[in-house]
Amino acid sequence: MGSEMTDAVAIHSINPKVLKCEYAVRGEIDTYTENLEQELQKNPGSLPFDEIIYCSIGNPQALGQQPITFFREVLALCDHPSLLEKSETNTSFSSDSIVRAHQILSSFPGKATGAYSNSQGVKGLRDSIAVGIAARDSFPASSDDIFLTDGATPAVHYIMQLLLRSEADGVLCPAPQYPLYTASITLHGGTHVPYYLDEANGWALEISELKKQLENARTKGIIVRALVVINPNNPTGQVLTEENQKQIAEFCKKEDLVLIADEVYQDNIFAEGKKFNSFKKIFRSMGYGEDIPLVSYHSISKGYYGECGKRGGYMEVTGFSKSVREQICKVVSVNLCSNISGQILTSLVMNPPKSGDASYESYASERDGILKSLARRAKALEDALNNLEGVTCNKAEGSMFLFPQIHLSEKAIKAAKASKMAPDAFYALRLVESTGIVVLPGSGFGQVPGTYHFRCSILPQENKIPAIVSRLAAFHESFMNQYRD
Amino acid sequence: MVKPLDHESINENVKKTAYAVRGELYLRASELQKEGKKIIFTNVGNPHALGQKPLTFPRQVVALCQAPFLLDDPNVGLLFPADAIARAKHYLALTSGGLGAYSDSRGIPGVRQEVAEFIERRDGYPTDPELIFLTDGASKGVMQILNAIIRDENDGILVPVPQYPLYSAAITLFGGSLVPYYLEEEANWGLDFNTIRQSIASARSKGITVRAMVIINPGNPTGQCLSEPTIRELLQFCFMENLALLADEVYQQNIYQDEKPFVSARKVLFDMGPPLSKEVQLISFHTVSKGYWGECGQRGGYFEMTNLPPKTVDEIYKVASIALSPNVPGQIFMGLMVNPLKPGDISYLKFEQESKSVLESLRKRAHIMTDGFNSCRNVVCNFTEGAMYSFPQIRLPARAIEAAKNAGKAPDVFYCLKLLEATGISTVPGSGFGQKDGVFHLRTTILPAEEDMPAIMESFKKFNDSFMEQYEDYRGYSRM
Repeated sequence: MGSEMTDAVAIHSINPKVLKCEYAVRGEIDTYTENLEQELQKNPGSLPFDEIIYCSIGNPQALGQQPITFFREVLALCDHPSLLEKSETNTSFSSDSIVRAHQILSSFPGKATGAYSNSQGVKGLRDSIAVGIAARDSFPASSDDIFLTDGATPAVHYIMQLLLRSEADGVLCPAPQYPLYTASITLHGGTHVPYYLDEANGWALEISELKKQLENARTKGIIVRALVVINPNNPTGQVLTEENQKQIAEFCKKEDLVLIADEVYQDNIFAEGKKFNSFKKIFRSMGYGEDIPLVSYHSISKGYYGECGKRGGYMEVTGFSKSVREQICKVVSVNLCSNISGQILTSLVMNPPKSGDASYESYASERDGILKSLARRAKALEDALNNLEGVTCNKAEGSMFLFPQIHLSEKAIKAAKASKMAPDAFYALRLVESTGIVVLPGSGFGQVPGTYHFRCSILPQENKIPAIVSRLAAFHESFMNQYRD
Repeated sequence: MVKPLDHESINENVKKTAYAVRGELYLRASELQKEGKKIIFTNVGNPHALGQKPLTFPRQVVALCQAPFLLDDPNVGLLFPADAIARAKHYLALTSGGLGAYSDSRGIPGVRQEVAEFIERRDGYPTDPELIFLTDGASKGVMQILNAIIRDENDGILVPVPQYPLYSAAITLFGGSLVPYYLEEEANWGLDFNTIRQSIASARSKGITVRAMVIINPGNPTGQCLSEPTIRELLQFCFMENLALLADEVYQQNIYQDEKPFVSARKVLFDMGPPLSKEVQLISFHTVSKGYWGECGQRGGYFEMTNLPPKTVDEIYKVASIALSPNVPGQIFMGLMVNPLKPGDISYLKFEQESKSVLESLRKRAHIMTDGFNSCRNVVCNFTEGAMYSFPQIRLPARAIEAAKNAGKAPDVFYCLKLLEATGISTVPGSGFGQKDGVFHLRTTILPAEEDMPAIMESFKKFNDSFMEQYEDYRGYSRM
């Protein structure tokens, strides 16, 4: 092999879209933290803290949140149906979990949960999910519109792949946003068109800003194809008002944009007076029917169920022509189907125990316990952050995160530049070095240039929050003093 | 006004993509099933859908992992054997918070360690768990790797023909070029390096940079098992031509003859020593969907990278991290598959017996099906040496080909649709996998239950004979 030949799969010869795409949630800070973990294991006592506290990703069960018992009972029975033939099962499992398992198993041809299912997902499970959606929205849903996927993430990729033909195609995304959207747009060769949420106004989504960014993109020759709205938002947590949602719907109709509604945090709302309304419900209530394209995403990873590791979710696709739906079905079929356990769990999340069911009391108590605790943790952290010098944090409304702004001194910014880091990444790195608390720099999510933020999850166990707050406060004070102008 | 999601304005690559395994025949079969017709789905390698039972032990372990509160239940010993309980505790301890937490984006480190140990036991060479990535099924891994390699339509990937159409679909979706190399049906679907060299030269003359080569061993749909000398020659070829090798080895447990046992591309590569063992870039794929496990619905798979530069591995890791992590139950199935029970374990005998009976039956069914097809005068079928499929060649008379043309269908599609309508047997036409011009095949699986096989082959033969009667021309008169 001559030296002029390049390696088949070397860094300079792989897909440039792969090289270009970024995903800050598992980026630089993550790698650094991994090294700290190893250091803690090898040399305990060598660092100023004895554990890493991950406030970086929305991974509740990794931080001690317990799964919902009823859901896991049903899953265990579906994974090993022989249990249903044993008498001991009647004492070890709740009676309604046994009934549900039987019901779910009969929706599988031959009761075989190890077979590839229909590529959209098992029909019986989709029927069940459609019923759940209709109960939530008071508008009908069709199981033909539902595609069950390994988490919501692959479903986002399918739609981006479908919509983006070249770099001339753009998608409007919020800034800040969950960086899956920018990563997916880049991977699929399209152009990201950011629209800024208004921090001074509780992270409001202004139609005037949408208009401005849309027109700006069009003058540059970009064909804007879709609008991504994340509600409740990640990382900011703001929950849209119904009025705002209607304005957004009108905007999409007028400008011929596909609305991509990421609604994975629909069960994580703790602000008084704020309520989740699905965009589908908003559309239908405005008389917008099957001719207006809307893709809605949900997931089993968040809410009070927090089943991230199962990889379950769906997209509900409405307002597409038959021929385009066929294309979606085709692309989805190449992967054959999503994992069955995730499909079953999605149907359980959309159809939990109801009042009167044997498990209802314990289910409701588990659910409410988790949600109330999340609300308390959100408030405690929001207050703590607002008490820090130079830090402002908008009111926590929903999702699993807070996105405070930090006002960094010139001196701090210079020090960051000298370390070749974004100022908020510099802050986050110093934070984890000193305290073991991992947050994600705002630069990974998008922010108005010259402003700095970090995303902090509200997920550590409640009894750890006071310690986190005091350590954070101590670090912050010392950082601010060190870099005072 | 043309809207974003009108058919004409969606991504061309999506429109060009085809995946016959769940294509026209499957859709028609599903329609007929809805109308009440009994369908035998032999279109996809989906063992449990055709009555194969899951192995007991893995299901016990995963059920316990789903519901860890059972471990504290006084009845747990009556519901589960002690070794399943111990193994569930083992896997739960390896996770970051049970089945419900995202794992490391590459997969749970402890499970990747088990995969590494499996590979080392199998091949006799150590491997690095950091270079093993677990995925939601092997298909996702294949797509990730092809997406990393393909930059534009000038990048070509050598793919066997016939092939499993994941490869053609992925190459089209990512905008690359498929460079076919035809397998020799008369030589038991063997490889001919002259043919491969011609394919590569032809592609290069069109300005295509051939970047990688795919081998499927055992083959899908053809079932042929590659011999060690052939794999050596392939590796030498990749070395000389600067190609990365993608070794799809998902059927490595499905071997139905003893002359050519499975040998991994990696083992042969290391047997060959330097410079090849240090230079050839190899990615190997495996899954829990096939073998004797058949756990398709769990979506458990992995790929192992050999000789890829660290920066490239980082980029692949970055893309994997966007999906956060592969599903945790699927990862545990993988751990269980590569780290099996040992003699002396309580559940060992039952596990061995279940596994053996599946494999023995598959071997028998491979023969029943091959012989059944060969007993038809217009059908020639190579023996299924491995994998899960039978790929008989159907010789179609000229009038059938004409009838197909008039119906607007490819001849093998026409034949398979008629077969479906007459017998309920849902196959995939050979055109979905690629075949030489004017030569027709269908792919079926060897998965229907052993006791149903004779009746199925009988039903096929009856249909085939009547089809031939209808379309064959005897002594020059037509049957108008």
